[in-house]
Amino acid sequence: MSTAVTRDKPRTRTPLKIRGSAGLGLAAWLAGILFFLPIAWMALTSFHSEEDAATNPPSLAASLTLDGYRDFFGAGGGASPWPSLINSTVASVASTLLVLLLALPAAYALSIRPVKKWTDVLFFFLSTKMLPVVAGLLPIYLFAKNTDMLDNIWLLVILYTSMNLPIAVWMMQSFLAEVPVAIIEAAQIDGARLPTILTRVVAPIALPGIAATSLICFIFSWNELLFARVLTGVVAQTAPVFLTGFITSQGLFLAKVCAASLVISLPVLAAGFAAQDKLVQGLSLGAVK
Amino acid sequence: MTATASTPTVAPKTARAPGPKAPGRLRAWATRAPLLPALIFMVVVTQLPFVATLVISFFDWNALYPDARSFAGLDNYSEVLTDPDLRKSVLTTIVLTATVVIASLVIGLGLALLLDRRFRGRGVVRTLLIAPFLLVPVAAALLWKHVLYNPEYGLFNGLLHWVGGDGATQPDWVSNTPLIAIEASLIWQWTPFMMLILLAGLQSRDSELVEAARMDGAGPWQVFRYLTLPHLRRYLELGSLLGSIYIVQNFDAVFTITSGGLGTANLPYTVYQSFYQAHENGLASAAGVLVVIGSLIIATFALRVVSSLFREEASRS
Repeated sequence: MSTAVTRDKPRTRTPLKIRGSAGLGLAAWLAGILFFLPIAWMALTSFHSEEDAATNPPSLAASLTLDGYRDFFGAGGGASPWPSLINSTVASVASTLLVLLLALPAAYALSIRPVKKWTDVLFFFLSTKMLPVVAGLLPIYLFAKNTDMLDNIWLLVILYTSMNLPIAVWMMQSFLAEVPVAIIEAAQIDGARLPTILTRVVAPIALPGIAATSLICFIFSWNELLFARVLTGVVAQTAPVFLTGFITSQGLFLAKVCAASLVISLPVLAAGFAAQDKLVQGLSLGAVK
Repeated sequence: MTATASTPTVAPKTARAPGPKAPGRLRAWATRAPLLPALIFMVVVTQLPFVATLVISFFDWNALYPDARSFAGLDNYSEVLTDPDLRKSVLTTIVLTATVVIASLVIGLGLALLLDRRFRGRGVVRTLLIAPFLLVPVAAALLWKHVLYNPEYGLFNGLLHWVGGDGATQPDWVSNTPLIAIEASLIWQWTPFMMLILLAGLQSRDSELVEAARMDGAGPWQVFRYLTLPHLRRYLELGSLLGSIYIVQNFDAVFTITSGGLGTANLPYTVYQSFYQAHENGLASAAGVLVVIGSLIIATFALRVVSSLFREEASRS
């Protein structure tokens, strides 16, 4: 990851400059530690017993235990998080696949063989992203209620698809646009048909971008709360909704809250760290390379 | 909003000899076909519900009294616009969004400048800085509410205790400064995002130009003011646009940290509450429509910014 931010050409430096940037490097380290401190503290607290977690001043030397994690996974008699973790996985993976299925052809029609006024279509997709979620929430709720779709994970799959589709179309359009038209034309002259062109020419160049798109769709679906909170209850509850159960827990379960927050964030943290550069490029709709 | 712009071009041609035109039209539809599933899906799932919201907003309709539904004209709108709570939530939304976007842009710019130079462990620092953005939003809000802000055993008061001894003040952060408490947690989450965008912007700066300016005797401030900042302009615009889209709609932090209490209810929370808890369907819809009108005003401006961002790309067609 550090290779991407390293300049090709080393700068020549006077001794004074080196001392100056050592200080600035230290400042950067301090900032990084400061921003990470709450998460590190949460991780430490998750390994403390509930008594040690709730002391003031906080105890750094308290003995470590896995009780918080055991409690979270239901050993203490509380609700098991597994159904909600499975629901989140189903909703995120299924909606990501559906997004790919819809966005790939659309991006193809907007970049490789663009339709007329393709920028207008692209802006239509982005404009739907600016329509606040709450503006359509009530009709969706009423629709779900009247069709017995409330508390059904597949309703969330549909909604998460609509939430991520505009971003995915934008991202994939910019990734597919990187495929040189000349190569495609050369393949056509050689007599290659569309499926061959797509698998042999387009896919190898666009695949990293498609992977990044999928990752971002997965993260947004995994994180979503408002739809899940309004439209699911017991059966289709997702992991963030499960976490809201801790909102009012005063004091007693601090280690469990920390363990729960970390476990539920783990898929996103892992995915995000693995694709730091692609993440920015994707979130900025491909505008930042 | 700006629906398929391509359809009108087909219509006039049907008047003239349809025979020879058919293959061309067929080809045009073949080009368009891959686009249709995504377009139709988006219109059905996002635009239709909004039209329904618009219709419901003209009815006096409480879900607890389904038989008492009646046409109310603009009553809901006048009620919404004169409701002090709702007016307050409009203001809260604006303050919350502006504060978080501006603060995280400024801090993110500072961090990006720090990370734009070589130093030992830069990759590690970058990874540490990204972490807050990757925490699930509800988890981040719970972290601030319970682990940091809690007046009895939170880290902030623990630190005050360490520094000041037993007599140290132990403020109740969320009760004393509820909106700032929410803003701080959101700034912590969004600063890394702004930092990443601005860092990408800095890396794309022409280093030759900076060297040349230095040769000509420009100081660090002059380089920043006249070279770096103008270059970063589009990246700053992009950051504020994307940040605004997400923070205007923030629900997770408001819901988790204060549950909309203590004057922190923003528009998404208010709309959620008026139909999910008060069951006032008509009122909630009117509020929702007003949110959309407000967003449209911002979006019109924002799309103009984006079109300038993508101008080079668009010239390709």
